[in-house]
Amino acid sequence: MPEPLSPLAIYQAHLEKGELAYQWSPAAGRAVFYPRVVCPFTGSTALEWRVASGLGTVHATTVTHPAQGEPYNVVLIDCDEGFRLMSRVGDIDPMAVRIGMRVRFRVHRPTGDKAGDEPPYPVFVPAEAMS
Amino acid sequence: MNGLVRGGAAIVGAAESDLGHVADGLNPIDLMAQGIARALDDCGLGLRDVDGLFCATTQARTSGLSLSEYLGISPAYIDTTILGGSSFEFHVAHAAAALQLGLCRVAVVAYGSTQRSVGRRQASVREVNPYETPFRPFLPPTAYALAASRHMHEFGTTREQLAAVAVAARQWALLNPAAWEKKPLTIPEVLAARMISYPFTVRDICLVTDGGGAIVMTAAERAGGLKKPPVYVLGCGAAITHASISSMPDLTVTGAVESGRQAYAMAGLKAAEVDVLELYDAFTLNTILFLEDLGFCPKGEGGRFVEGGRITPGGALPVNTNGGGLSYCHPGMYGLFLLIEAVRQLRGECGARQVPQAETAIAHGNGGVLSSQSTVILGTGATL
Repeated sequence: MPEPLSPLAIYQAHLEKGELAYQWSPAAGRAVFYPRVVCPFTGSTALEWRVASGLGTVHATTVTHPAQGEPYNVVLIDCDEGFRLMSRVGDIDPMAVRIGMRVRFRVHRPTGDKAGDEPPYPVFVPAEAMS
Repeated sequence: MNGLVRGGAAIVGAAESDLGHVADGLNPIDLMAQGIARALDDCGLGLRDVDGLFCATTQARTSGLSLSEYLGISPAYIDTTILGGSSFEFHVAHAAAALQLGLCRVAVVAYGSTQRSVGRRQASVREVNPYETPFRPFLPPTAYALAASRHMHEFGTTREQLAAVAVAARQWALLNPAAWEKKPLTIPEVLAARMISYPFTVRDICLVTDGGGAIVMTAAERAGGLKKPPVYVLGCGAAITHASISSMPDLTVTGAVESGRQAYAMAGLKAAEVDVLELYDAFTLNTILFLEDLGFCPKGEGGRFVEGGRITPGGALPVNTNGGGLSYCHPGMYGLFLLIEAVRQLRGECGARQVPQAETAIAHGNGGVLSSQSTVILGTGATL
């Protein structure tokens, strides 16, 4: 019997395809994020995978100043499907990111030294910049 | 906490270990043992009386084993619950339960950390969270800064109001000979300090020190007749809401609402009846959140509440009277020091920083990234 894929592996496989995936709990009637094997609202293990539209709103934002290197933003994004995740907003001055700003998902594939070692991860850009 | 008897247990001894930057080669278990020896001396009990052991540190995987071996004891009851900085407030509730049930007779709660000496990276294991780590959050400051952004957005809280918390803590620290910081601090200095994660500069964030200590607890009926007057556990409450900041249900409301509700109910007290507040101030935001969530001001008003010197020495409400994690001592898990200071205030031992006629005190612990909240309400014999 093949080994089942972990929630993390399924999530990352979607990112490889350029998709932001999340789980849906039919028992709870709501989204679950981060992906897991048990629904935290009902205890059900019947969790479905869905692909998000990629649209969301900045819920919280900070700019972190590392000891070396440039400051960067860290945000919490509320996706339109009803789940929240940590990310960053690119293509913008980090201090210009505002709570309430509409943003759109873009997959980030680590390059340079990290290419191949680190899986892709979801970042966001201002929604209007995409149109 | 349901089932615990109000005033059923007491803190009879309390002491810090060496603090600040301790001697080279001292380890966290050394500091726990030193704290226990001093706390036992504080109450006149001995190591052979101890049959309940409660401890936590990030620097030893099985600190209960290490500490038992070090002290040459085989405790009848042991609890190494570790939930971040609030662990020791959880320990007080658990020890009160164990004492009430007769599972042990003399309990010690101990902590030790050498994070300044060994460096922050060595003092705790770096945990990888595949859903957060790629974004390089500098934890915990980035997480608390995200919560601060919501408080500022929803309630208009300002950086100057956050800074007022740091200034108040510093004023208290200047009255505490054991405090790490020795120089005055102003609001402009807080704002101009090195930015760590907006809106927090380094002065909005707790110290990085070594330190440890211990308290000794017995059932109330055994607490009399020792060297110092007992300080009774009037109320306990606890709440866990999340582990990572991405999963915090509401970034402006902490589990202190629930832990406080439980503790006030057990103690039969209201916020207005508490004389001294020791609130876990890992960040300036914390003091504001806990003043709100524990009922000292309405939600969203905490920033305005701390303006004008209200929580400074001589202000209307004494908060973090030892100088807090911001200016006195913060070895990584600060919760034990809240209890030590509350005990000393209720005994009237605090000299220049003593709050007059202090009969009741709150020690409110916070752990993780606003994740675990534990409230302990203490009182003198007059409050029983």
